[in-house]
Amino acid sequence: MQEFSMTKPSFVDILEERRRGSDISHALRAFSPPPGCGAPPPSPSALNKMVLESQHLRYVVLEVRGHSEGGEAAALLDEMSQNLQVTFIRLLGFALSKIFTRLFRRIQVNEDGLARLQQATQEHPVILMPNHRSYVDFLVLSYIMFTYDLSIPVIAAGIPLMGMSLIGEIFRRSGAFFIRRAIGSDKLYWAVLSEYVRTIVRTGFAPVEFYVEGLRSRTLKSLTPKMGMMHMVLEPFLKGEVYDLSLVPVSISYDRVLEESLLAHELLGVPKPRETTRGLLKARRVLEQDYGSMHVYFGNPVSVRELAKGRIGRGQYNLVPRDLPGRPSEESQAFASAAAHRVVRLQERGTVLSPWSLTALLVLQRPDGTRWDLLARDTLWLRGIALQLGARLDWPADLPDLEVMSSSMALHRSVVRCEEGCVWLVEEAGPEPVTQEEGVFRRASAVLMCASYRNQALHVFTRPAMVAVAMGTVPGHSQEDIYRHFCFLRDLFANEFVFVPGCGPQDFEEGCSGLQQCGAVSATDHELKPTEEERDTIVFLSAILEPFIETYQVTGDNCTLLYFSLRNCLSFFPSHFREIFPNSTRYTLPGGYLPPTPTCCKLQCPNIYFRQSHCRIHPGSCSPTPLCGPQVATSSPI
Amino acid sequence: PPPPPPRLRWRSSFEMVADAVYGDAKISRQDIMKWNGWGYSDSRFLFNKKGQGEFTGKRYRLSGMILPSLKDWFEATFGTSLQHKTPATPTLNVSAVPPPNLVEPFVEELKVAGVAASHDPEGRVFRSHGHCLHEIFALREGRIGRVPDLVVWPNCHNDVVKIVELACKYNVCLMPYGGGTSVSSALECPLEETRSVVSLDTSQMNRILWIDEKNLTVHVEAGIIGQDLERQLNESGYCTGHEPDSMEFSSLGGWVATRASGMKKNIYGNIEDLVVHIKMVTPRGVIEKSCQGPRMSTGPDIHHFIMGSEGTLGVVTEVTMKIRPLPEYQKYGSIVFPNFQQGVSCLREVARQRCAPASIRLMDNEQFQFGHALKPQVSSIFTSFLDGLKKFYITKFKGFEPHHLCVATLLFEGDREKVLQHEKQVYDIAAKFGGLAAGEDNGQRGYMLTFVIAYLRDLGMDYYVIGESFETSVPWDRVLDLCRNVKERIVRECKERGVQFPPFSTCRVTQTYDAGACVYFYFAFNYRGLADPLHVYERVEHEAREEILANGGSLSHHHGVGKLRKEWMREAVSTVGLGMLQSVKEYVDPNNIFGNRNLL
Repeated sequence: MQEFSMTKPSFVDILEERRRGSDISHALRAFSPPPGCGAPPPSPSALNKMVLESQHLRYVVLEVRGHSEGGEAAALLDEMSQNLQVTFIRLLGFALSKIFTRLFRRIQVNEDGLARLQQATQEHPVILMPNHRSYVDFLVLSYIMFTYDLSIPVIAAGIPLMGMSLIGEIFRRSGAFFIRRAIGSDKLYWAVLSEYVRTIVRTGFAPVEFYVEGLRSRTLKSLTPKMGMMHMVLEPFLKGEVYDLSLVPVSISYDRVLEESLLAHELLGVPKPRETTRGLLKARRVLEQDYGSMHVYFGNPVSVRELAKGRIGRGQYNLVPRDLPGRPSEESQAFASAAAHRVVRLQERGTVLSPWSLTALLVLQRPDGTRWDLLARDTLWLRGIALQLGARLDWPADLPDLEVMSSSMALHRSVVRCEEGCVWLVEEAGPEPVTQEEGVFRRASAVLMCASYRNQALHVFTRPAMVAVAMGTVPGHSQEDIYRHFCFLRDLFANEFVFVPGCGPQDFEEGCSGLQQCGAVSATDHELKPTEEERDTIVFLSAILEPFIETYQVTGDNCTLLYFSLRNCLSFFPSHFREIFPNSTRYTLPGGYLPPTPTCCKLQCPNIYFRQSHCRIHPGSCSPTPLCGPQVATSSPI
Repeated sequence: PPPPPPRLRWRSSFEMVADAVYGDAKISRQDIMKWNGWGYSDSRFLFNKKGQGEFTGKRYRLSGMILPSLKDWFEATFGTSLQHKTPATPTLNVSAVPPPNLVEPFVEELKVAGVAASHDPEGRVFRSHGHCLHEIFALREGRIGRVPDLVVWPNCHNDVVKIVELACKYNVCLMPYGGGTSVSSALECPLEETRSVVSLDTSQMNRILWIDEKNLTVHVEAGIIGQDLERQLNESGYCTGHEPDSMEFSSLGGWVATRASGMKKNIYGNIEDLVVHIKMVTPRGVIEKSCQGPRMSTGPDIHHFIMGSEGTLGVVTEVTMKIRPLPEYQKYGSIVFPNFQQGVSCLREVARQRCAPASIRLMDNEQFQFGHALKPQVSSIFTSFLDGLKKFYITKFKGFEPHHLCVATLLFEGDREKVLQHEKQVYDIAAKFGGLAAGEDNGQRGYMLTFVIAYLRDLGMDYYVIGESFETSVPWDRVLDLCRNVKERIVRECKERGVQFPPFSTCRVTQTYDAGACVYFYFAFNYRGLADPLHVYERVEHEAREEILANGGSLSHHHGVGKLRKEWMREAVSTVGLGMLQSVKEYVDPNNIFGNRNLL
């Protein structure tokens, strides 16, 4: 099975036709998706009935409530369930045509991927797994599926969306079902939800769409996947209720994210505004701006059966009724985790990057301003490296490179500004005079936005960069030693970047071959040596990881301190700390730095630890940071 | 007073016209049976000059009939053409048979003891195989592997005792041979066996020794063939009711050794329910119980060491079995369901209410169409008009999708009143699941299919088509999932291994139990263009079995393990379980005299 095709996908702009034709006739077009693999779609009420009558739910109701009354479960299901109606899809199609044509220049979709998706829907139940970067993601797949005459997916959505008056109901009728946040140990709720999801997967009448990252990535960096939904969708396969499942990674990327400043403020501790219809109406003004293009890349369907081959025994359910509630076995947990990580990896690799992502990476290393011609030169250099590392770039070939870069940057005039041949990060305007704290705040949001766009491209460089760092910390050139340090970094950053569990050697291999592609290293049987000509590349790649390493070091060094005096020590940390810190504390738990106390759990909530008086933008220094090796890192207990 | 209702002669679904000749005659069966295919030499399917399907001979109801739809079905299902033939080697090349490795003093002493023996090559080849695809495929190509070195024909229990004693004395490997219908590689001589291999053919031990009408039992020599046993009992007004699909050729001893299951087990039970007493000769001596009590609590039932031992512990020589008076009335029936799922639900409900008829089987859509392809030429326009009308009613009026509908076949037995009552009960249940009664004729044809399917495989092999059946048992809630997944797995594996045309992959539910069902799969494909079709076939069958096990199915319901499924035994019965069986083998047969290496 080929998981990832390297051939250049052919993207088609679906808005082009919308601009030419009538939105009404698009919305009213004959919509007859080819029948899926399963039976004809049951009505929402029939579906709910199947769920309520399931043995699994009956077991749980009896166990939790001590009687067999299903009223409570029925109420939960009513709150949760979708009510997909083609009329509303049409309505939505009309509205989205209007909105999208205003927001975006183009929505680029790879038609080959859609063709594969169509094929997959006819064979096995399909799970659509898009990444989640913006509110706009929601329903965009439904819109595309409607346009291409494919079955409309059933979408897992957070319950706040349901709370939006009118909109919530429209979403529900467009196929959304709503999941509460923080379900915790509410067994009945888990049972209703999992049975609902499993029933949809089993019957296979519509693709199930969910965000495996669990929530919108505020930093535009891939998040390590959440496992709840993943288990639910995989279970029908593991229990033999379906022959196979197709996981379809979908990579959505934006030239410019609608809520970019909202995200930056959230990272700075400003609470997220509640999702309300009123709020949505207020946000109308975002419609007036230019957000460039949106890319939606439908990846190759991944067969769960293929993934499972030799990795998990399906016989584990042979000795107990399959309806019996129970936690997934360790084996299934590991399998689900590996599968979820793999999908996120595929999402990353399918992501189409805008030239701006590369520029942002460089701007961030020169936060105090830089000359435009130098920036342009370096961006072109970086483009070369990125392409060699297999990145997918949206770089129009028919335009002069300079024009591509400047127009891509122009889209982000809220973040950077080019004046008199120099490029500057923008400070937010506000009433004068500013206190020091406010000044930092105003500048920080541009830095964070910039960092977010850099993050979109980070996955391209992570593995080669880690090899580069590892090479810098090993005395000789022994591949084995480098690999050992690489693995340390990989463990360290397990919450930072997405690594498929158990694929250390493959990751290392990918990093090495990336470096070789760039001509930065030469590999012999047991050695990995940097080449003289491309020393810059190694230095540059190491520098990409530097902010992360530094933050982890600070976290590590200060954990004891942090534990007792959180507020004081935070004030010294550079701003990138804000996005990385939560992960780094999480790492320290398995590493043994911090005991899992309520205090350190709170650390992961941004608004608690944002109280700073001093903020230093990290200078883009290029010297490789000395790194505490594995021995050092694990031997500093609290 | 009205005359008593006439007692039925044994009337199996395939209805013999002429009795087989070999029962009493002391000739070996090989004279009237194919040496490289299934069944009687005179009965075979062929496509005549007009391209019509035809079944030769006079033995079966289908014999001598033209089957007009067979060719179209065959070509459409397998993507074959009648132009491309793969005929079998017509006669056995005796010179290809390896010379016998005889232990002279053993042969001498047998002669002294008066036991018939022969090392004639044809007889040895005939007893060197069962009916697995690879065995028959090799024979058709004229390839002969390891064959037994000698065949012996004991006449009675005491002959067997002598043979086993001599075998122990001269360290000769014994392989019991009953009807030769094994489909688990159980009769293959182990390649690693260096000793002289002696095939112990039980066919001459075929007498009914006594019938006990007070206790309704019969005491029989274990070499008797199923149809002979049934026919002879019928003459006295009784039957055992044990009708495995192979009963034309399989032997009582074979049933015991493999834990056989009969079509009508719902009334009469499987072999383990039918036997009352077993006598087996082992290298340690004779094993048997001291009485014929109907049930006992004397530790683990020693019968269960014997049943399913697959010839690894000794030779079953005599068996006491339950008998029943012949049923007064028999009626076939059939039900059409809109889809397989509804059909399974209906069977499950029938099992729940414990009202299963003597036999109830559910064919999937592919098999239903297969059955149709075997419909003989209709004699009148009227019949074909009626057929058309039925089809119209079911597909157009009732809205059944022709590519989804499936058929259950039924067989009721008992006294007339009760059968009719029972029939109504079952049809009422079926109606709840959308089932429509579809007549006796369809039912009867369904059962006929069972007996001719093995002949059909030979026809397929004449035209690049190879296939096999295999079975499993599975809890009710997993029946549908298992059927779907295994069928799909077969299709996918074939595609992956370069099979050009989608395979014929079909199943039916053949038995119902309280807690589950027995499922039977047929699988066949066109192997044109494949370099090593047998290997492809074996891999696909292997993967299909893996799929069965992953879906909660058993390793075997009644075919047994043999050598074909040995690799999964540990997984199937646990390491301790396997150790228990091994230690029994070690005690009973420390020198591995019964060295067919099945099971363990």
